[in-house]
Amino acid sequence: MTFAELWTGYLWPLIVIVAESLLLLVLLLVSIAYVLLADRKIWAAVQMRRGPNVVGPFGLLQSFADLLKFVLKANKGVFLLAPLVTCTLALGAWAVIPVNAGWMIADINVGVLYIFAISSLMVYGIIMAGWASNSKYAFLSAVRSAAQMVSYEVSIGFVIICVLLCAGSLKLSVIVAAQDTRFGMFGWYWLPLLPMFVVFYVSALAETNRPPFDLVEAESELVAGFMVEYGSSPYMMFMLGEYVAIATMCAMGTILFLGGWLPPFQVAPFTWVPGVIWFVLKALFMFFLFAMAKAVVPRYRYDQLMRLGWKVFLPLSLAMVVIVAAVLQFGGLAPKG
Amino acid sequence: MILPALFFYLFAGVCVASAFMVIAAKNPVHSVLYLILAFVNASGLFVLMGAEFLAMILIVVYVGAVAVLFLFVVMMLDVDFAELRQGVLQYLPVGVLVGVVFLAELLLVAGAWVIAPGMPQAISAPTPSTMTNTEALGRVLYTQYVYYFQAAGLVLLVAMIGAIVLTLRHNPKAKRQNISDQVARTKETAMEVVQVKSGQGI
Amino acid sequence: MSELLQDYLPLVIFIAIAMGLGLALLVAPFLVAYKSPDPEKLSAYECGFNAFDDARMKFDVRFYLVAILFIIFDLEVAFLFPWAIVYGHLGVYGFWSMMVFLGVLTIGFIYEWKKGALEWD
Repeated sequence: MTFAELWTGYLWPLIVIVAESLLLLVLLLVSIAYVLLADRKIWAAVQMRRGPNVVGPFGLLQSFADLLKFVLKANKGVFLLAPLVTCTLALGAWAVIPVNAGWMIADINVGVLYIFAISSLMVYGIIMAGWASNSKYAFLSAVRSAAQMVSYEVSIGFVIICVLLCAGSLKLSVIVAAQDTRFGMFGWYWLPLLPMFVVFYVSALAETNRPPFDLVEAESELVAGFMVEYGSSPYMMFMLGEYVAIATMCAMGTILFLGGWLPPFQVAPFTWVPGVIWFVLKALFMFFLFAMAKAVVPRYRYDQLMRLGWKVFLPLSLAMVVIVAAVLQFGGLAPKG
Repeated sequence: MILPALFFYLFAGVCVASAFMVIAAKNPVHSVLYLILAFVNASGLFVLMGAEFLAMILIVVYVGAVAVLFLFVVMMLDVDFAELRQGVLQYLPVGVLVGVVFLAELLLVAGAWVIAPGMPQAISAPTPSTMTNTEALGRVLYTQYVYYFQAAGLVLLVAMIGAIVLTLRHNPKAKRQNISDQVARTKETAMEVVQVKSGQGI
Repeated sequence: MSELLQDYLPLVIFIAIAMGLGLALLVAPFLVAYKSPDPEKLSAYECGFNAFDDARMKFDVRFYLVAILFIIFDLEVAFLFPWAIVYGHLGVYGFWSMMVFLGVLTIGFIYEWKKGALEWD
C-alpha cells in the first residue's frame, strides 16, 4: 500500500471526522454556555430581575467567568468516574443528531435507539455520584432521581414508538424527511400527534431533572442533591452534562415533532434560509419552553410525580400507540417505505 | 480488513477481562460496574457482527434497566457481602462444573450436532443487504414466529405479577392523597356555615 | 470494511474525543488550582456535626418494585421498535398480533394498578 492510498483511504477521512467532531463539540459547548445564561436571564425576566449582568456587556461572558472559577478552585475512583460518565454520555449523544440534511457525524441505522440508550444510561452518573459521595443527602437524592428517571423513560419510549409508526425508520434523518409534506409546518408531527408532543415535553423535563421535577436537588430538603459533595471541575462537569442532556432533548423534540431542519413552508422566503438556522431556531424554541416551565411552575411533590408518570402518562401513551396504529392500519396511511 | 479485527480484539479482550473482574472485585458495587463494562463491550461485538438492533437493545435493556436493579440491590440492601464471600472456595467445584457443562454445550453447537438440520446454513447466511437488520427482524417476528412472540408476552406478565406478589407490602398507617376525591369536593360537601352565639363555643 | 461499520467509525471517534475532553476538564484543576488542603473540606456535608454512621442505608422495597416494573415495560418498548419500523408491511395480521401482546401486558398493568403497586406513600 502506497502512502497516497493510505492518505486517501484512511488518514484524510480520519482527519475529516476528527475535525467535524471537534467543530461540533466546540460549537455545542459554546452554545451551552449561552443556553445556561439564557436560562438564568429568562428566569430573571419572569421575576422582574436583571439576572447576571456584570461580566461583559449584558453579562454575556458570565458562563466563561464561571468556568474559570471552577477550574481555578481546588478522591478518586467511582467518585471521579461519575462526572466523567455523565459528561461523556451527554456529549456522545450528539454524534447522531442531524442539524441539516446530511450534516451529522454518524448516520447510523438505529439513531433513535442510540439516543434512547444514551438517555437510559444517564442515570448511572447520578447513582454512582450518590453512592460514592457517602453523604446522606447525596444518597437520598440519587435513589429518588434514579426512580424518577426510569419512570419517565417508559413514556418517552412509547412516544418515540408513535413517531416511528408514522415515519417508518429508526434513522433520524429519515424521520425528518418523512415530515416533509405539502402541508408545511402543519404536516410536522406536533399537530397530528399533539398529545404525544405534550407527553414528550413533560417527560423530557422529568428525564433531565429540570424544574418543576427537580426533586433531585430540592434545596429545602436535599441541599444540592447528589452533587453536594462535589466542587471544582467535577461539579462543573455535572452541570455541563445536565445542560447538554437538556440540549439533546430539545434537539430530539425538534427532530421528532418540529420537522428538524425543514422550513415552515416550502416557498420562497423560507427556503432561502439554510436548514441549520431553522434547526437551531426550533431547538431554541424548545429550550425557551423548558426555561419558562422553570420560571412559572412550582415544584412537584414526589408521590405526585410518580403518580403522573405511572398512572397518567404510561396509560395515555400506550393508548396513543394503539390509536395511532389503528388509524394508520385502517386508514391505509401506514408507510410502505 | 485490519480495523474491524483490531476493534474485535479490543472489545473481546476488555469483555473477558471485565467479566473476570466481576467475580474478582472485592466490592460488590465495583462488580456490578465491571458487569456493565462487559455488557457495553458485548454490544460493541454485536455491532461488529452487523447486529446493530441487538447491540442497542442490549444497552437499553441490560445496562439501562437490569443493571440499574442490580446496583439498587447491592447498594441499598443490608447484605453483608464479606460474610457471603466466606464460602467462595466451597462453591468453586460447583461453579467449575457448571462452566465445564456450558463449555461442552457451546462446543457441541459450534461442532456438528444441531436440533434443526437447516440451522448451520441459516447461521452462516449473510445478512440481507437490502434492508436493515431491525427491519429483517420485524418482518418475521410478528407473523412467522407469532407464538414465540406471544409466549414472550406471557413471560413478561408472569414476571410482573410475580414481582408484585413477592415484594408489595402495604403500610397500614400510610396516608395517601386521593386526587379524584380532592377534585370532586364542592362547596356543599366541604364546608358548613354555623351560627355561633356569642359567649358560647360550637 | 463494510458499509455498516463505516457508519460506526465516526461514532467511536466522536465518543473518544468527548471522553478526552471530559478527562482534560477533570484533570485540569489538579494541575492549575490553588490548593489549601483542609480535612474539613473533605468531610461529608451534615448539619454541623460529623456523620454518625455510613450514609448507605436500607431502602424502601418500593424502589426495587419500580425498577422491576421498569424492566418489564422497557422490554415491551423494545418489542415495539421493530414492529413500528415494518408496520406498513405487516398488514392487519401484524396489527392484531401486537394488540394481543399489548392486551396481555395491559392485564398485568391493571393488576398492578388494582393491587396498589403504583401508589406511593
